[in-house]
Amino acid sequence: MSAVIESHDHEHHHGPAEGLTRWLYTTNHKDIGTLYLWFSFAMFLIGGAMAMVIRAELFQPGMQIVEPEFYNQMLTLHGLIMVFGAVMPAFVGLANWLIPMMVGAPDMALPRMNNLSFWILPFAFFILLSSLFMEGGAPNFGWTFYAPLSTTYAPPSVTFFIFSVHILGASSIMGAINVVVTIMNMRAPGMTLMKMPLFVWSWLITAYLLIAVMPVLAGAVTMMLMDIHFGTSFFNAAGGGDPVLFQHIFWFFGHPEVYIMILPAFGITSHIIETFSRKQLFGHTSMVWAMTSIAILSFVVWAHHMFTVGLPLAAELFFMWATMLIAVPTGVKVFNWVTTMFRGSITYETPMLFAIAFVVLFTIGGFSGLMLAITPADFQYHDTYFVVAHFHYVLVPGAIFSIMAAVYYWIPKWTGNMYDERLGRLHFWLSFIGVNVTFFPQHWIGLAGMPRRVPDYALQFADWNMVSSVGAFLFGASQILFLFIVIKTVMGGKKATPEVWEGSRGLEWTVDSPAPYHTFTTPPKVT
Amino acid sequence: MSYQKYYVPDQSKFPIFAAISLFLLVMGASSTINSLDNPDSNAVYILYLGFTVFGINLFFWFKTVIAEHIAGLNSAQLQQSFVFGMAWFIFSEVMFFAAFFGALFYVRNFSVPWLGGEGEKGLANMLWEGFEASWPVMSTPDAGSAFVLADKNMSWPGWDHALKWLPMWNTIVLLSSSVTVHFAHLALKNNNKKVFNKWLAVTVALALTFVALQIAEYYEAYAHYGLTLNSGIYGSTFFMLTGFHGFHVMMGGFMLAVMLCRSVFYNHFDSESHFGFEAASWYWHFVDVVWVMLFLFVYIL
Amino acid sequence: MFKKIINSINNKLSAVLLLIFSSKSFAAWDDLNMTEGVTAISKEVFDLHMLIYWICVVIGILVFGVMFYSMFAFTKKKNPTPSKFHENTKVELVWTIVPFLILVLMAVPASNTLTKIYDDTEGDINIQVIGYQWKWEYKYLDDKIGFFSNLTTDWDEIYNKTPKGEFYLEEVDEPVVIPVGKKIRFLITANDVIHSWWMPDFAIKQDAIPGFINTAWTIVDKPGTYRGKCTELCGKNHGFMPVVVKVVPQEEYDLWVISKKEEAFKMAELTQKEWSAEELIERGEGVYQKNCVACHQVNGQGIPPIFPALAGSDIVLNNKAKHIEILMEGVQGAAMQSFANQLSEVDMAAVITYTRRSWGNAEKGDGEIVTPKDIVEYKKPKV
Ligand code: HEA
Ligand code: HEA
Ligand code: HEC
Ligand code: CUA
Ligand SMILES: [Cu+2]
Repeated sequence: MSAVIESHDHEHHHGPAEGLTRWLYTTNHKDIGTLYLWFSFAMFLIGGAMAMVIRAELFQPGMQIVEPEFYNQMLTLHGLIMVFGAVMPAFVGLANWLIPMMVGAPDMALPRMNNLSFWILPFAFFILLSSLFMEGGAPNFGWTFYAPLSTTYAPPSVTFFIFSVHILGASSIMGAINVVVTIMNMRAPGMTLMKMPLFVWSWLITAYLLIAVMPVLAGAVTMMLMDIHFGTSFFNAAGGGDPVLFQHIFWFFGHPEVYIMILPAFGITSHIIETFSRKQLFGHTSMVWAMTSIAILSFVVWAHHMFTVGLPLAAELFFMWATMLIAVPTGVKVFNWVTTMFRGSITYETPMLFAIAFVVLFTIGGFSGLMLAITPADFQYHDTYFVVAHFHYVLVPGAIFSIMAAVYYWIPKWTGNMYDERLGRLHFWLSFIGVNVTFFPQHWIGLAGMPRRVPDYALQFADWNMVSSVGAFLFGASQILFLFIVIKTVMGGKKATPEVWEGSRGLEWTVDSPAPYHTFTTPPKVT
Repeated sequence: MSYQKYYVPDQSKFPIFAAISLFLLVMGASSTINSLDNPDSNAVYILYLGFTVFGINLFFWFKTVIAEHIAGLNSAQLQQSFVFGMAWFIFSEVMFFAAFFGALFYVRNFSVPWLGGEGEKGLANMLWEGFEASWPVMSTPDAGSAFVLADKNMSWPGWDHALKWLPMWNTIVLLSSSVTVHFAHLALKNNNKKVFNKWLAVTVALALTFVALQIAEYYEAYAHYGLTLNSGIYGSTFFMLTGFHGFHVMMGGFMLAVMLCRSVFYNHFDSESHFGFEAASWYWHFVDVVWVMLFLFVYIL
Repeated sequence: MFKKIINSINNKLSAVLLLIFSSKSFAAWDDLNMTEGVTAISKEVFDLHMLIYWICVVIGILVFGVMFYSMFAFTKKKNPTPSKFHENTKVELVWTIVPFLILVLMAVPASNTLTKIYDDTEGDINIQVIGYQWKWEYKYLDDKIGFFSNLTTDWDEIYNKTPKGEFYLEEVDEPVVIPVGKKIRFLITANDVIHSWWMPDFAIKQDAIPGFINTAWTIVDKPGTYRGKCTELCGKNHGFMPVVVKVVPQEEYDLWVISKKEEAFKMAELTQKEWSAEELIERGEGVYQKNCVACHQVNGQGIPPIFPALAGSDIVLNNKAKHIEILMEGVQGAAMQSFANQLSEVDMAAVITYTRRSWGNAEKGDGEIVTPKDIVEYKKPKV
């Protein structure tokens, strides 16, 4: 074995550097986590502003404020930015902040690569957003960019879109590798896999999903590039290819991708419910198994997005059954959360409110998911607002609520200050009402037959679209309150203790609040 | 064994420069491709600039890592991180190829037969009268002017012509290079640097040979067979799969060449510490396995 | 039996909800649920939908019931010392197995219905459905008739300049006409990008994939006009390509087929007529409004760079031959499709003449007109 050195010259306890270069050159997991979180928040506001354009256009039937062409660009960028710019980076930010502290590691395993993973993102989204100002406009083919609308019939900016997806993918893969290596290699002595906190577990599984599917997405956009500019015919029947092939490849990526956006949320929720119920989480082991099963199943259900493309019967049956199966492990998780609360000693601080809303509303989204999985019924649901309602229920009060819960829960640890509980609760109630008013009626208009991705609609859908838009404005405005609360907490507030919460468990609560710039430079012993 | 601290590097300029160079690369590549039919465009210089910055930055980044290693900063645990990191990076590459193999599988088993009137969706043939499914597809469903049809393909030509068939030679070259790199590894484990250098040099030479042969093959395809990217789905899958593989051979070969230089000129590596070489050799074995799959699915079957 | 109970619960609940939501401005409950449709299959799909819906509701009530109970009964105030239990293999097994069984229960009827939908035999009437940006073409393969079906809602309605009509965005110039009680088979495909042909009342939604053919079938017993839409994002005017199907008694259908055939015959006669420039321009304007404005805009300015302006275009000004060729062949790899099958010779000549003479083109270019005979000439096989 190589020589063992106890300490050496390079070992000095340095705090953060000063000025802008602190952020540009940093290798510190907390700095990088902060960068990720702020970046994702900015993207959430931009993507949200686009959603506001969408909802404003849909406020009434008829074309009001934008042209159909621009509507499609808003729709596409909204989807892409929310998925790749808001939710994913927010989870990576949380991973950066928390995983090293939770497993008792001094930092992420590969700190410089960690910085690179982050700094690719602003550039990638700069490119994506700048396509709005290019000739022919931004990508307008939906976030699922089905060929040939995204190849032969795409605006020229599609080339920029393709390459920005490439570097986004590179960023995600590097980020995921960092997470895997940190978890597998940097745990403090005594931290066995089954003792690992659930947020760490959820991210370990998420990271595997990322490493497995981001390259597939890269492959898909590469084929597009070749089809558009270099004469290949992957997605062109005239040359022997098939537009549906694109969808298979995309959804092989895309379905695991949606679980990438929910597994970390499961982890977060488990921690918060456990803390505020003051009772150990019920079924830690089964939670791990449930997440693992969800991840594995997620690779064999992709064609449930393609029930109407004309798959052979056997394939439709297989994908229907496989998709339905996911309800079992997800149900186990929901039951575990409920049972954790059962006979607990519960208080309702803001993180808990968001976590509870997560469980309820995510489950509703899961139910509609299950309905979508029923193939014959999906023939009616597919590409209507019922689908839009489904995925916003799992994404907004799902992923986004869990992120907000996480911010309220851990922000005292990050800043050393307590947030304003009254404002926090106000933010919760406004969001909770807003989100339901926005997305619940979409189930109805979807069932009644309103297709998605349209800038205008028939008159029978008018009433509930208006309601939905009002809800959306309310929800959007309440996020400005969130911004305010976060800034206020960063600036100051009641000082937090190391434990912060009465029932908190885990290594991150053993260090000071705010957490020192370097934590666990020598690993703690976990028993 | 007592504990060595995990080395967390100080602030570093490399990542941000890498990100900037990627930005330039990507902007350059997109603009260049979008202005392919505009000879006045200067976009390609952005691409060159991106490449240059990327290359220089990478060089110094690795130089720093190597220096840190030599200074003894890298604990066993940190080296283990590199090992894990490389392993999962290779896994991601496997998935990248899986996408293209998946596409090949799909067109061969589904779309081409369907277009030719076979199988569950064979009705499609009514849109492409006269098209018959076969693999390799030598004529496209729409045999019109949009495609340059090939008159010969790259598949197994039968035993009579085996010796003149380049893929056969490519296979031999690449498989033997996997063996030679393994010999090099063994020599290194015995601390026999001379033998190590020798086998590593042979490996690099074989990598070069492979690339040369593949260039010859492409030349033959374009110049004599009429087989191009634009010859329908067979040309598409053939060139994309072999092309990406060829690109990976070049990367792997380059990595091995760098290791060779480090060993010869700087006397890096000994039986204990040689992760740089090991990573490159794993990569090389990976490239080799991909070739075997290619040989099977693209050329033989 | 089960179904009956469900239906009755459904009706009662609907009634209650109807009371809540039936203030005048809001749509009735029926408009908020999936349509039952008018075919045996669509009714089966509807029942399936209600079945899973109610299963989810029941599970939801149970799960959330326990949860809300815990939220009220086990607050820190009421239960200051939490219990310690955190595992129970038996319970966990139960809530793994029971949901699984429920799923099996749902999968059985779902699989049955699906299998019924996948009947791939020929129909009494076979209609090829072809999606275009942004209209549908229907070809009756047995009777050899065919036509295009365009949105008729006026753009002024869409841009809120005139009041919206009853069937806003759901009306077309030529609906598909089918007879009652016959098995109709649709062969669905597309010409450019992917579209999707959706007729909620038949529970048919099939993607139209360029280069491939998907099939769907239906038997409708109830005459009427049914409305659906394109449901796959297919570009700018995806929201503006409705599907309308008219189901009529057999005799009416037969008459319709005959009239369609006559129409084609009359068109041929028109082609032989000598046309003046003015007549052509007048006719051409209508054709242009219907077929071209979506891309090239009313004022001929297009939406560059994707949709070029026709006003001042060199081809339109000075290159009659190329102009005809573009309209007849389309432009490979662009939204500009071939109109050879969409427009009769007369309409083709008319629209070309119209574009060559409008928006100041007549003054700037050669102003040559194109007559139906030119088109006939163009169509003759070239040797
Ligand atoms: C976070 C993201 C997320 C999550 C978690 C899910 C979860 C699920 N989704 Fe969703 N989905 C999306 C994001 C997500 N989805 C997106 C973005 C799209 C649209 C993409 C696009 O087209 O743009 C989509 C679309 C989509 C479709 C395609 C619809 C269509 O286009 O026609 C389908 C079809 O099967 C589906 C199914 C499911 C199922 C079965 C689950 C399951 O995982 C849900 C499981 C959960 C439960 C069932 C609830 C809890 C369980 C219990 C309480 C146990 C007991 C329950 C029973 C036994 C019933 N989803
Ligand atoms: C994580 C992902 C995510 C999130 C968080 C959201 C959030 C929201 N989404 Fe979106 N959405 C998608 C993912 C997401 N969406 C995807 C993948 C699609 C499919 C795209 C496609 O079809 O290709 C989609 C599509 C989609 C549609 C369907 C459009 C169509 O099919 O035609 C609609 C329509 O209502 C919608 C609305 C909203 C709204 C109102 C929010 C709100 O929750 C947003 C709230 C946030 C803010 C508003 C920002 C904060 C406030 C400000 C910046 C200040 C400005 C505020 C005001 C002026 C009030 N989204
Ligand atoms: C679906 C969109 C669409 C519709 C409908 C459409 N066009 Fe076009 N048209 C295009 C596009 C896109 C081009 C550019 C093709 C190219 O050169 O890449 C084009 C090009 C043309 C040109 C050549 C102009 C030039 O300067 O290159 C003419 C002439 C033309 N169209 C006429 C018509 C007429 C007449 C109609 C109606 C009968 C029509 N188009 C309907 C999309 C459309
Ligand atoms: Cu055609 Cu949407
Ligand atoms: Cu899915």
